[in-house]
Amino acid sequence: MLRLLTIEYYKLKHNKVSRVLILGYFILLSAIALLASIKFNLFGAEFRLADQGIFNFPYIWHFNTYIAAILKFFLAVVIVSMTANEYSNRTLKQNLIDGLSKKEFILSKFITVIVFSAISTLFIFVVSLLLGLSFSDYNELSIIVQDLEYLFAFFLKLVGFFSFCLFLGILIKRSAFAIGFLLFWYFIEGIIQLIMLYFENTHKIEGLRASVVQFLPLESMSNLIEQPFTRLNVIQSAANQLQTDIGFDYAVHWYEVAIVSVWIFIFIYSSFALLKKRDL
Amino acid sequence: METILTLNNLTKHYGAVRAVNDLSFTIEKGNVYGILGPNGSGKSTTLGMVLNVVNATRGDYHWFDGSDSTHNALKKVGAIIERPNFYPYMTATQNLGLVCQIKGVSKDKIDEKLEVVGLLDRKDSKFRTYSLGMKQRLAIASALLNDPEILILDEPTNGLDPQGIHQIREIIKKIASSGTTILLASHLLDEVEKVCSHVVILRKGVKLYSGRVDAMNASHGFFELKCDDTEKLVAYLKNNPLFGEVKTEGDLVTGFLKNPLSARELNSQLHAQGIVLSYLVQRKESLEEQFLQLTNNLN
Repeated sequence: MLRLLTIEYYKLKHNKVSRVLILGYFILLSAIALLASIKFNLFGAEFRLADQGIFNFPYIWHFNTYIAAILKFFLAVVIVSMTANEYSNRTLKQNLIDGLSKKEFILSKFITVIVFSAISTLFIFVVSLLLGLSFSDYNELSIIVQDLEYLFAFFLKLVGFFSFCLFLGILIKRSAFAIGFLLFWYFIEGIIQLIMLYFENTHKIEGLRASVVQFLPLESMSNLIEQPFTRLNVIQSAANQLQTDIGFDYAVHWYEVAIVSVWIFIFIYSSFALLKKRDL
Repeated sequence: METILTLNNLTKHYGAVRAVNDLSFTIEKGNVYGILGPNGSGKSTTLGMVLNVVNATRGDYHWFDGSDSTHNALKKVGAIIERPNFYPYMTATQNLGLVCQIKGVSKDKIDEKLEVVGLLDRKDSKFRTYSLGMKQRLAIASALLNDPEILILDEPTNGLDPQGIHQIREIIKKIASSGTTILLASHLLDEVEKVCSHVVILRKGVKLYSGRVDAMNASHGFFELKCDDTEKLVAYLKNNPLFGEVKTEGDLVTGFLKNPLSARELNSQLHAQGIVLSYLVQRKESLEEQFLQLTNNLN
């Protein structure tokens, strides 16, 4: 295991573009702290984001993991290029000839994906904890440890997304096309949503869209951490004043975790199967 | 004798194309083997299969005594295939460092091997700045890092300029003289002839011959002769039952042997007949001539 990780680390360490992207990613992750200083004017009153409870425990776990997950695209580029470039430089062939097995090759990439996700999770845990301790209105341990499942969801979301990137890198063999396909896939899922919505409306099938699209890879990953904004106190109280109820389920559910886990298995196993089947 | 590689009926079809067909041979330790064949005869496909990058359609192969998995066995093999493949953004030293990690050997030998191929002074230049000849030499250095049991070279001089070709050949000769088993795939016959003791000849994926280079042709070679009285010489050779065909080009007479005859013996016989030679060379057909004979016989 460690040998495979060292091999992959060695490849990344000497690549300037990867180094810059990884560094940039972690700098941006810590930049979430800068949200604390954002002030703006709303209805004439000065409004400081940090004072609106976004850094309150346990809400901060939800908010920060949601925001941090947007930055995953930086690492996605690294993951796609570290797999696809092995094809375009034909170094994959050389690695195999030098005595790496195809299984070890995929495993070394997958372990890297896990390590990236784990470090990101740890990082966001520390940043959120520090932010929370400085700004949160409640600092009791029992409140701090609430909702920690968002960190697990964050970890799984990253592993899922990066596994998808890894698979695309292997499948398409060219980093630019693989990233293009990733964006294209977002549109595909969007179109599937629209089609399901159309059937839901025309055939009067309640909840058709939601029950189908929750199984799509990207949608299942984004379902893990729902948007946290309407959960914010200001919004909730505004909604209450307007007499509307925002009935929204924010929790991390076991079946969401299961769906993403199945996708991770599918992506990694298909990458291996593809590699095994191909002549290089 | 210790066996290094065994192939049993190895076959590879690309759709309807039969790249390699029922190929079987073994490679013994200490010999220098050549795989010969025109372009597209299945040399690279064969090497790809035993190196774990091309999946065989049928048949099998095993390295050494077959007790270890292919990828572990490959750690004891050094191989370069077609084109040198390295990470363009790494320097020579960094690239070789990675190979050491994959093969699980120490990095102490990097400088030593770079010295062997004459790249020590460029060891900190990025791979992408290298010329083709330098890339090819780096590939050889990389293949030597683990002091391999066998060195596999696929067209090592392809696309190089004469100087580059010469450098690579010198390196191969040096390695061969140190007793390393070598498997050299090439379509350049003189390359194989200069270094190989054994040869496997392929044509359209089928094995035509495998064995010692000098046993490839059962003929006894030929004499090239010159003397003042060419006609008398030709007449004598034609009447001699030991000789078959006799050819004359200008004043050079070539007589092909049907039975063994030493140069010394021929010289004394001719002298007894009053024919005084000004030129006498005994030769065997070159590998090229033998190769063409073999491949043409089947056309």
